[in-house]
Amino acid sequence: MSKIHVTTTINGDPVEFLADPRETLLDCLRDKVGLTGSKEGCGTGDCGACSVELDGTLVCSCLVLGVEADGKSVSTIEGMASDNDLHPLQRKFIEHAALQCGFCTPGILVAAKKLLEVNPDPTEEETRYWLAGNLCRCTGYDKIVRAVMDAAAEMRQEVA
Amino acid sequence: MAKDGLNEFKLVGTRPDRPDGLDKVTGRARYGADFSLPGMLWGAVVRSPHAHAKIVKIDATKALAMEGVKAVVTRADFPEGLSGEDWDLQENTIAGEKALYDGHAVAAVAATSKLIAEDAARLIEVEYEVLPHVIDVDDAMAEGAPVIREGAADPTVPEGLHPNVVKYMEFGHGDVEKGFAEADIVREKSYKTEATHQGYIEPHACVGQMGRDDKGEMWVCTQGQWFIRKMCTAVLGVEASQLRVTPSEIGGGFGGKTTIFMEPLSLALSRKAGGRPVKIVMSRSEVLRATGPTASASMDVKIGMKKDGTITGARAEFRMQGGAFPGAPVDMALYCAFAGYKLENVQHIGYDVLANRPKCAAYRAPGSPMGAFAVESLVDEMAAELELDPIAVRQKNAVRSGDKASYGPKFGSIGLVEVLDALKDHPNLQAELGENQGRGFAVGYWFNHNGETSVSMAIGEDGTAQVSIGTPDIGGSRASVSLMVAETLGIPYEDVRVNVVETGALGVNEPTHGSRATFATGKAAVEATGHAIKEMCRRAAAEWGIDEDAVEWVDGAAQPAGPNAGKFPPMTIKEIAGNMGSTGGPISGHHESVPDGVGASFGAHAVDLEVDPETGRVTILRYLVVQDAGRAIHPSYVEGQYQGGAAQGIGWALNEEYVYDDKGRLANPIFLDYRVPVASDLPMIDTVIVEVPNPGHPFGVRGVGETGITPPLPAIANAIADAVGVRMTHLPISPPKLLAALKSR
Ligand code: FES
Ligand code: FES
Repeated sequence: MSKIHVTTTINGDPVEFLADPRETLLDCLRDKVGLTGSKEGCGTGDCGACSVELDGTLVCSCLVLGVEADGKSVSTIEGMASDNDLHPLQRKFIEHAALQCGFCTPGILVAAKKLLEVNPDPTEEETRYWLAGNLCRCTGYDKIVRAVMDAAAEMRQEVA
Repeated sequence: MAKDGLNEFKLVGTRPDRPDGLDKVTGRARYGADFSLPGMLWGAVVRSPHAHAKIVKIDATKALAMEGVKAVVTRADFPEGLSGEDWDLQENTIAGEKALYDGHAVAAVAATSKLIAEDAARLIEVEYEVLPHVIDVDDAMAEGAPVIREGAADPTVPEGLHPNVVKYMEFGHGDVEKGFAEADIVREKSYKTEATHQGYIEPHACVGQMGRDDKGEMWVCTQGQWFIRKMCTAVLGVEASQLRVTPSEIGGGFGGKTTIFMEPLSLALSRKAGGRPVKIVMSRSEVLRATGPTASASMDVKIGMKKDGTITGARAEFRMQGGAFPGAPVDMALYCAFAGYKLENVQHIGYDVLANRPKCAAYRAPGSPMGAFAVESLVDEMAAELELDPIAVRQKNAVRSGDKASYGPKFGSIGLVEVLDALKDHPNLQAELGENQGRGFAVGYWFNHNGETSVSMAIGEDGTAQVSIGTPDIGGSRASVSLMVAETLGIPYEDVRVNVVETGALGVNEPTHGSRATFATGKAAVEATGHAIKEMCRRAAAEWGIDEDAVEWVDGAAQPAGPNAGKFPPMTIKEIAGNMGSTGGPISGHHESVPDGVGASFGAHAVDLEVDPETGRVTILRYLVVQDAGRAIHPSYVEGQYQGGAAQGIGWALNEEYVYDDKGRLANPIFLDYRVPVASDLPMIDTVIVEVPNPGHPFGVRGVGETGITPPLPAIANAIADAVGVRMTHLPISPPKLLAALKSR
């Protein structure tokens, strides 16, 4: 099957690759671009480990085709920290021990970052519902929810 | 700060950032599927769509004709003549004469891309002759059930049982009939639990490479690189030391990544494809259909109780299927079932049964949750019947240090009484309950484990330390080992780097299982550090010209011990390390053993929940985990283990189960249908860490990973009974089941 040339921006950098029309964006990111930070936990849109932003929209990259990224911009976990500074969410996840195996962590961080853009002051319930599409099997979510809410509090102060 | 009599620790018990934290929040950490090699091929596995079928013919002609396809393997590519456990592993890796369950691997193909491999796998034609199958454990033991494998039973099985019963056990002490005769009430009840999966979010993945010279390498997500080495080489008929296995970061395991599935296939494909590395990554449905979930269980429990709550006799008869191979954790289930109770008269009977399901693997405290569900449900029901406080009944019968365990040996230091006291005092138990709301309690147990352990450590030229360990870091063990080594050396936590190393770098290590990493690897690391300290003291003594016994190690420096040793200022680790080239060479320490002194752990949980009488849906309102850690080296990660175990147990109790259709095919092989708890299903999970130090560990560690999944099953059933007066005896208590029970009240 012939491949399609895709031109895209990933974490601010121009990137081109050739994609089979059947390949997912997740596969393209991981196997063609070498960005393995986004993980595949299910391939069916149920676990959120592959979460990225596509033109500012939070998506499961396992449910998007690689060719759909043509002409669009993609943000992944690899682009979350700026230069040498971690995003407050990344810092708070380490501080609160909000990860054990860490496999769900990239997807959860990407999803949580979007939550805080949409809603800088989420309640516990809002946080839990927003993250309901991101499975974590290790933590029981307690420390994750605390870390997200603590990061939100810190970020609100920074803005003020 | 944690205290052990006279000991007070500087670092142990604190909560520093984990050393691998940055890697894991930035996407830099490399898990199983994140690794690639030049010239790498991709593998795909052909799996049986039938629960039980004779394999008549496999034709790979069309697949091999595809451009980019480099190799196909079937069972014919594996050595013959294996026996026992090795044969089971080989047969489960790739089916021989029969496919034994839906998802059983029958062939594998390697090609230049993932898509080509997947397309080629579809072109491999397998002709089956479908056989009758059996899924349920009680059905599998019944007369007339299809025989899965003739001659699989071991000599323990009494005559007259179905050939699917492959192991029988009976043990206990005292006289149960006498015990029941002494009781005021005797109750007997049957319980069932369905199979559940560990549900780690990372699917299995490996890159395997092996040449025609049978020398190979593997990169793999695993809980134990030496287990992978041993099992793969056995299945392939290769010498163990010829395979070098490097563990990746691991995205959860919970026992399910202690064994092999497609790893030998990648090596066999590589060998056939001229030694090119082959990567295989499982899909989620392959994980659910063809890796090792836990067993399903059918259990009868009988208990005799006096009016004051004293248990006078107890009997448990458990039947478990662990798939199409022997190895259901029925022994562990029985050992743990009554472990919390001091019993004069107790009897255990168990059956290990084959069924047409995937070979079970370990899952967090294997067997213990099922047994706890049955026993803790009945104890609770009897306490309620006698109008006794359920916690008081457990306190009355609780085992203490020195008591004989229900399964035989005497308990060493244990903390069940302390756990129950802490539970009773927790504010959660004061919360008011409304209509359709209930509160439930249960206790749980796990032995914890030691296992073969090998650790080495070396002092760097700048006075920092590097530690090589053989247990993959699944939930923060690098942090706990770093803390213990830094504490022992008297240097900052940041000056220690712990590396999880490949099989070529150390002696054999058992996997990260049995809650052993912080206990056994930690203990070995402290021992190894002790050797390095001794050597540093020797170097200082030589420098000072005094006896080496006259030097002690205090706060990261050698110093003369006592007034007669001479007056020398302390020589710091940095000074000793800086000079080591001229004082005798590198300084290191190592330790190899099966560490003794394992400390068992008890936990008790309390849950408040609400039942929706319209739908049968259960909402968890409050959840409390109290558990004895011995000593919490890094309390945040201990809490995390408690919370994670509770969440998995809640899923098991309420939703998770393997559902099979009438053809014996798994009907829910994706996360949409195999529904693990999500963030909005749970409240915050409160924890209390009880610390009754384990005298068998230098810092008192017991190990904490497993006990926590045990109490949620019965605690939730007990809370539902408290809320709506319905006693559910078959897990999961999913909304349709609970609704039906509410309607027939
Ligand atoms: S991998 Fe995309 S949602 Fe699970
Ligand atoms: S930390 Fe392991 S899945 Fe979330």
